[in-house]
Amino acid sequence: MKINFIHLIRIVRHGWKNIWLHKLRSLLTVLGIVFGVASVIAMLAIGEGASYEARKMIESLGSNNIIIKSIKLPADAKSQQPSFLGVYGLTDRDLRKLETIPSVVRIIPAWEMEEDVWYYDKNISARIIGTLPEYKDVMNLSIKTGRYFDENDLEKGIPVAVIGSTVRTSLFPAQDPIGKTIKIRSSYFTIIGIAGEKVFAGASESFVAEDMNIAVYIPMTTTKMFFGEYEVKRTTGGIRSWERNWVQYHRFVIQVSETDKILTTASLVSDLLSQTHKKQDYQIIVPLELLRQAERTKRIFNIVLGSIAAISLIVGGIGIMNIMLAIVTERTREIGIRRAVGAKKRDIINQFLTESVILSASGGFIGILLGIIIPKAVTKFAGMMTLITPWSILLSFSISVAVGIGFGLYPARKAANLDPIQALRYE
Amino acid sequence: MNQNNTTIKFENVTKVYHLGGIDIPVLRGVSCEIKKGEHVAIMGPSGSGKTTMLNIIGCLDRVTSGKYFLEGKDISTLDDDALSEIRSRKIGFIFQSYNLIPQLTVLENIEMPLFYQQVDEAKTREKAIELAQMVGLGDRIRHRPSELSGGQQQRVAIARALMNDPVLILADEPTGNLDSVSGREIMKLLCQLNQQGTTLIVVTHDPNVAKYSSRTLKMLDGKISNED
Ligand SMILES: Nc1ncnc2c1ncn2[C@@H]1O[C@H](COP(=O)(O)OP(=O)(O)OP(=O)(O)O)[C@@H](O)[C@H]1O
Ligand SMILES: [Mg+2]
Repeated sequence: MKINFIHLIRIVRHGWKNIWLHKLRSLLTVLGIVFGVASVIAMLAIGEGASYEARKMIESLGSNNIIIKSIKLPADAKSQQPSFLGVYGLTDRDLRKLETIPSVVRIIPAWEMEEDVWYYDKNISARIIGTLPEYKDVMNLSIKTGRYFDENDLEKGIPVAVIGSTVRTSLFPAQDPIGKTIKIRSSYFTIIGIAGEKVFAGASESFVAEDMNIAVYIPMTTTKMFFGEYEVKRTTGGIRSWERNWVQYHRFVIQVSETDKILTTASLVSDLLSQTHKKQDYQIIVPLELLRQAERTKRIFNIVLGSIAAISLIVGGIGIMNIMLAIVTERTREIGIRRAVGAKKRDIINQFLTESVILSASGGFIGILLGIIIPKAVTKFAGMMTLITPWSILLSFSISVAVGIGFGLYPARKAANLDPIQALRYE
Repeated sequence: MNQNNTTIKFENVTKVYHLGGIDIPVLRGVSCEIKKGEHVAIMGPSGSGKTTMLNIIGCLDRVTSGKYFLEGKDISTLDDDALSEIRSRKIGFIFQSYNLIPQLTVLENIEMPLFYQQVDEAKTREKAIELAQMVGLGDRIRHRPSELSGGQQQRVAIARALMNDPVLILADEPTGNLDSVSGREIMKLLCQLNQQGTTLIVVTHDPNVAKYSSRTLKMLDGKISNED
């Protein structure tokens, strides 16, 4: 290339002057690029933010775990009788059976119920989880202050509780909860620890969407002692307003020895459970599988988004080409004059190509600003998490420059190939 | 004849335009020589091919047949880039309608030829200001062409034509759009340049303009009808 850098700067300066001369026209011309680039960055940021939360939440279930949840099947006619006692879910027998699978390191059972938790006049509807001390390690719970309950608490059935961060903030906004006593139904529990905050994305799949921050962890022996194994739920309408079910365990968290063995273990678990459960009153959740699914969804989302962005950038490019063609016609005489004083075809190409690249690049630049502002506004007003990735900015900017070159080349060539004499005669 | 003394040599030059399948012969065998430092006027009726000849001399157009030598060099075979290079280094054009670029200032218009030679910006500016002062527009350099009178615009065009220190100045009816007073001023300016050694060729309809020259070529129907 014969163009040296200083000369290039002069060409760019001249191009910029010409564009600045027609501010409004230039702005309207690049609007397509502006919105194209802004939407790429903004949509990617929103998508990236959403999938980031989902991924974090699935990860918080433990990627080496398999989780089985008991499900209450839809009520049949029998359950409408007043004395009916429903039985469903996971049992001790299931536990012993599943423990025989070689790749299973351990199984932590949990018993759960939704109940109001009271501290004097303050209360919150929480999820009471009766489980073993190992639950903390398997679920990667962090303890912010105090401690988790231990084997001793479990053995003796001591009424202690570890509370989630939301429970803490709503019951103890200003006090230290450690050592305080909370009331669940008619029983009292002493708080010994507070769990660290866990990501919760309400928008993701419902069966994963469990807010771990409203949990209250209690030794399993203690819950059995105080609450038994019955679920008593108020039902809406109907002949009677109470429904009773017997559930031994609401959940198993199965820790698998190796990540590679998770899928085979999950199918083994499924086979074993189906032998004893006539109806499928349980659900097997494999966080790793969900994670992979989330990745796949994100990839598809990105491809769809990429195509939309590509189309809008092409439309923007056509807009630039259109205006550049008009500009070339408008400045035909100028081209003739420049050729007469010694401009080569290459000089004319450089001049018009530079103008179209300046147009598309400044469109890209405005688009980037907009694309950064929009996700911030979404986060502020809709409370959604957004994540602006640097590569999306880089990518969309380079595409907008490429569009300027691609769609500017034809008008620039057209200008350069004008016959100087014809161009000088042009009125 | 001494080759070194001859700037322009036409050997049986023809030019044919093709328009809608029809051949329009514009130059039909022109032969002539113009010496270095000469001031030549070209006259003739409208459509006789004056502008076409000037464009060929200025390397803006090519001959259809025949040969054109500029400073002893055969131009007929050169490609577009080489022709541009010759225009850039050796030739200054002045047009009837001034042909200034409207969105540029007087100074930027004058600077343009050196922009394409990629001459240093400060040097270019210095020279452009000098030339603007020489043509008497030192105080108008920030103005746009539309803010100047016709005579002033033509003086800007002359300054622009001088930017590259041309060996050859080609003026196509430089006074055609001007009143007689401004026309006379322009011609004085051009003659002054010619006296400093630049070859000058002026196309004109006006005998008063032609009389400044040392020689007049009369054109008729694409040929040189006589010389005096
Ligand atoms: N680009 C072109 N295509 C087709 N015909 C052309 C072209 N340029 C000039 N002509 C024709 O060539 C002939 C000579 O044109 P030219 O401009 O050289 O005449 P001229 O002597 O300069 O006339 P005038 O005094 O009116 O300027 C005219 O008949 C014109 O129509
Ligand atoms: Mg003419």
